[in-house]
Amino acid sequence: MKNKLIAFLLSMGIFGAKAQGEASSDSMASLMRSNGKIYVVVAVVLTILFGLIAYLIRLDSKISKLEKES
Amino acid sequence: MRLTWWKITAIVLLAYAVIGGLLLPVPELTQLGETIRNLYYHVCMWFAMMILFSISIAQSIKYLRTGLIEHDIKASSYAGVGTYLGILGYATGAIWASFTWADPNNPAFASFGSIMREPKLIGAAIALLIYGAYFILRSSITDMDQRARVSAVYNIFAYAMLFPSIWIIPRLLPSLHPGQEGNPALNFNDIDARMRMVFYPAVIGWTLLGAWIATLNIRHKILLEQKWFAHEK
Repeated sequence: MKNKLIAFLLSMGIFGAKAQGEASSDSMASLMRSNGKIYVVVAVVLTILFGLIAYLIRLDSKISKLEKES
Repeated sequence: MRLTWWKITAIVLLAYAVIGGLLLPVPELTQLGETIRNLYYHVCMWFAMMILFSISIAQSIKYLRTGLIEHDIKASSYAGVGTYLGILGYATGAIWASFTWADPNNPAFASFGSIMREPKLIGAAIALLIYGAYFILRSSITDMDQRARVSAVYNIFAYAMLFPSIWIIPRLLPSLHPGQEGNPALNFNDIDARMRMVFYPAVIGWTLLGAWIATLNIRHKILLEQKWFAHEK
C-alpha cells in the first residue's frame, strides 16, 4: 500500500511538472525544446526505465513478504 | 523489501547511462554518426550476458560439487536472464546494422538479408540456440535431481561453446562488425576516453539489473520449492 502511494505521488509529480512546463513556457519548456529536442527522448527513456524499475521493486517487496510468511 | 546497496547502484548507473549516454559528447564518426551511442546499450547487453553466463556456470559447478538444489535453481535463473539479454542484444544489433551497415550504394551490402550473413551474427545465434537447448533439456526431465545434474553438465558444455562461437570463429573470418583484432570496447587505444566514462558504468548497471531480475526469479523458485515440500509432508 505504501509503495503504491509512493508510486502514485511520483507519477503525479512527473505529470505535474510536465503540465506546468507546457502551460507557462518557462525554463523547463525551453530546455525540452532545445538541441533537436533530445531531452524529450531522455525523458521518455527515463520514464520507461523508472517504470520498469518500479515494477521490479514492487515484485521484490511482494516476494520478500511471501518469504517472511513462509 | 530488500533495496540493498547494489540495487540502488544499478538504478543510479542506469539513469546515468541513459542521461549521459544520450547527452554527453561522442566522437564524430562517418557512417555511424550518433548511433555510436548504442555502445552504451547494445554492447552492454552482450557484456551483461557473458557475466551472467559466467555466474551460471559457477553455480552449475557448485551444484555438481555439493548436490544442493539451490545451486541448480541459481544456475538456471542466471542462464535464463543471460539468454534474454542476449536476445535483446541480437534484436538491438539487427536494428543498428540495418541503418548503418546496409548501404544502398554498395551492392554487396544493399539489403538487410546480405548483412545478416555476418559470422558474428551467426556465431551469436548459435550460442543463443545452444542456451535455448539448455532450457528444452531442463523441461524435458521430470526427475528433479536428474534434471539438475544433467542440465549442470550441459551448462558447462554450453559455456564452453560460447568461446568458439562468439569469441574465436568470428575473429577468423572477415566481418563488418568491429572487434576483428581484439576487444574494441575494452581496448584503451580504440575507445574514446569520453565514451569510456559512460560505457563502463553502463556495463555494471545493466549487469546489476540482470542480476536483480535473476535473484527475484531465484527467490520465487525457492518459495515454490518450499511450498511444494510443505505440501508433500
